[in-house]
Amino acid sequence: MITFVLHRLWQAIVVMAVVALLAFTMFRFVGDPVNQMVGIETTPEQREIIRESLGLNDAVIVQFWSFIKGAVQFEFGISYQWKKSVSDMIFSRLPATMELSLVSAVFSLIIAIPMGVYTGLNRNSVLSKFFLSISLIGVSLPTFLIGILLIYLFAVQLHMLPSFGRGEIVDVGGWTTGFLTVSGWKSLILPAFTLGLFQMTLIMRLVRSEMLEVLRTDYIKFARARGLPSRIVNFGHALKNTLIPVITITGLQLGSLIAFAIITETVFQWPGMGFLFVEAVRDVDIPIMSAYLLLIAFLFVTINLVVDILYFVVDPRLRVSGKE
Amino acid sequence: MSLLTIRGLRVEYPGRKSDFTAVRDIDLTVERGEIVGLVGESGAGKSTIGSAIMGLLDLPGRITEGEILLEGERIDNLESHQMRKIRGNKISMIFQDPLTSLNPLYTIEKQLIETIQQHKGLSDKKARREAIDLLESVGIADAENRISLYPHQFSGGMRQRVVIALALCSDPDLIIADEPTTALDVSIQATILELIKKLTRERNVGVILITHDMGVIAETTSRVAVMYRSRIVETGTTDQILGAPNHEYTKSLISAVPRADVKLVRFPMVNYIESAEEEYKTIDLSTHWLGKGREDLGAAAIKDGDKLIEIENLGMDFITRHSIFPGRRQYFTAVKNVSFDIRQGEVFGLVGESGSGKSTVARIIAGLYKPSGGKVMFAGQDITSLSNHEARQAVHRQIQMIFQDPYSSLNPRMRVRDVVAEPIRHHKLASTPREAMQIVDDLLEQVGLGAEAGSKFPHEFSGGQRQRISIARALATRPTFLICDEPTSALDVSIQAQVLNLLKDLQESLNLTILFISHDLPVIRQMCDRVAVMRNGELCEISETRKLFEQPVHEHTQELMRLMPNMDHLSHEGLQIQT
Repeated sequence: MITFVLHRLWQAIVVMAVVALLAFTMFRFVGDPVNQMVGIETTPEQREIIRESLGLNDAVIVQFWSFIKGAVQFEFGISYQWKKSVSDMIFSRLPATMELSLVSAVFSLIIAIPMGVYTGLNRNSVLSKFFLSISLIGVSLPTFLIGILLIYLFAVQLHMLPSFGRGEIVDVGGWTTGFLTVSGWKSLILPAFTLGLFQMTLIMRLVRSEMLEVLRTDYIKFARARGLPSRIVNFGHALKNTLIPVITITGLQLGSLIAFAIITETVFQWPGMGFLFVEAVRDVDIPIMSAYLLLIAFLFVTINLVVDILYFVVDPRLRVSGKE
Repeated sequence: MSLLTIRGLRVEYPGRKSDFTAVRDIDLTVERGEIVGLVGESGAGKSTIGSAIMGLLDLPGRITEGEILLEGERIDNLESHQMRKIRGNKISMIFQDPLTSLNPLYTIEKQLIETIQQHKGLSDKKARREAIDLLESVGIADAENRISLYPHQFSGGMRQRVVIALALCSDPDLIIADEPTTALDVSIQATILELIKKLTRERNVGVILITHDMGVIAETTSRVAVMYRSRIVETGTTDQILGAPNHEYTKSLISAVPRADVKLVRFPMVNYIESAEEEYKTIDLSTHWLGKGREDLGAAAIKDGDKLIEIENLGMDFITRHSIFPGRRQYFTAVKNVSFDIRQGEVFGLVGESGSGKSTVARIIAGLYKPSGGKVMFAGQDITSLSNHEARQAVHRQIQMIFQDPYSSLNPRMRVRDVVAEPIRHHKLASTPREAMQIVDDLLEQVGLGAEAGSKFPHEFSGGQRQRISIARALATRPTFLICDEPTSALDVSIQAQVLNLLKDLQESLNLTILFISHDLPVIRQMCDRVAVMRNGELCEISETRKLFEQPVHEHTQELMRLMPNMDHLSHEGLQIQT
């Protein structure tokens, strides 16, 4: 098990190095950064001074090395547009995105798993068919449309929930959270639901199809034949056996929730990283873009590592083959 | 009063157009302390009876007529929560495949304790004690420690013991064993059947043993009910049914059981089957395309009795632990130091239990694996080290393989015609597409399917018919050497007889050489000229078939012979014995 984790860690480092190389080449090939930073009236001498101070005249290898050194210390330079430290900017936006993604992931799992089990067990009931039709809507409607519809209904018509922003936030040791205020929670509801709807329907359908598969197996028949009550058979024996694919997909989806909450954040004017990224793309703010790239890669690699370890926790068959 | 009484049972599955009747007019009684066999071919409705007793019929199946009584009380009309108290408690069930009937994610301990507590409401500690006692009573040594293992850490036979222990958790009165040993090796089968017999005696329970294997019936049961097409056609004591059957179906079923004691000219067919095989036109193979083009073996023409295949010191290691440093790699040796010859025109048998390495040898010969040591000579040419693509293709054309599982060895998305034509196209054996199609049609006729089968998809055929498709596909390259890896172990006796007869006929008319792999000794006796016995990757004994069966030399062979179910009761009536 430990060798396996070490092995995966090594792979993760390789992946990160490749992504870092990509992020670095972005600087080199997407135009001259000095041009982005200064106006036309700057003289060539002044430009040369800036180039020297940014280290742009060094050999490529040296530049890459200093880029890596910076990245390891979460130091990504200065934003061209905002003239502020990129890491500070990202960190100030990170809590908003993390809270949004986490809430929507938890919400979608809590709803989706019981719904998936129910629809798997009662394939032909009216309620199952209703759930499935609803889930079809969740899969097929684009996020921005759902967001706008929700804003129209709950914010414009019913005045129940705010239509944008995070509400009142509390600063807890540098981490700004909306979890501690009523308005924070109220502001979270609509975007979290919008963001989680797709995951919810996906996971529900996944759990359902896995349940259908598992319920056909001999060990479920045997468990019933031993007279175990259906609660234990369905939620113990059967559900646990559906978890491996669910964990895989949930892990990947959590990554995408964080990385690609962009649309939801734009619709709800949510001050998160996605919003920052959209602005950075508009302004060709390369330090922010490359830092974002690295951060997202890091998130995915970490989540995948956690998913791999969870496999071991769930499935004993992997544990033994890893030991031998 | 009988332990279990079934009267006039009828189970129907309502369909969209008409209802399908799975079993009808079933009358059966089981007493305490006896094992009643329920025998018949797949689809006869044996398992449906088991499920009906358990109240676990797959929806939408239901009991439409008749009644089931357990100790005089009706149990077929109970509510589901009442039935659950009986299920597991008074009636238990043992399933066919021990590899799939235990939940892979829970320890044995959890599954046992959970079941014991469900029925007896004991404390954790007492339930654990009881679980350990149960494991010991089904013959699992060191149960104290091994109870905390997961199912995959046990072998197949051990898992079936665990399954039996689980079925015994609640001291049931009746056990329904649905093909409990079909998935197991002969030696393990013998011990499991012995265990079931012992438990029946000691615990005074009634057992219904569902099986298609006459050998198992002969070994264990005291009474037998024979099922055919959803009815019980005959019930009687085991001696009477096996020795002097009354019903025509029983007679032909028993004569179709492959025999280990004598060699027959052909496999007797279950000729009671109502829709008997249609006659298809047969082709004079000596003039047909199939019979020709067998001369280009590369080396000098091989005559009958010459060595076609020579295997020298063959070894195969599979890496179980990968590492870039050779010293840190770990290997599993599947085959070690195996040498034998196969002569042109003979059927060479390879026998062994699962894991003995017999399939690995076959795959090496077929070129699917590259051996880690030794060589395979085909017609005097070392085929393990061919570097030239054309030479490899030529050899592969000569060697074809028929696989065990007829369900997964055909591509479900290809029409049968394309399945059979693929090797012809690949090796460019036909000059025009029209000629290729004509060959495919002839092949399908030859294997008894008829040319019109070509436009269908594999799922439209039964297991036996699919195996015929596999045979047609293997013959399509005009091979000289055929490898059959357990070709009939997934089939019923009657179907097995048809497929094996077909193979025998083809072997004779095309003068094929066959490597026939099986764990079924009676089948080997009927099919093969010479036999090699393997165990743990090593060769134990090679001998003429008759000699092997009458005077086995190696102790493992003797053991296998001893464990073969005793079929002396079977009547010899109407059999053509080859001398």
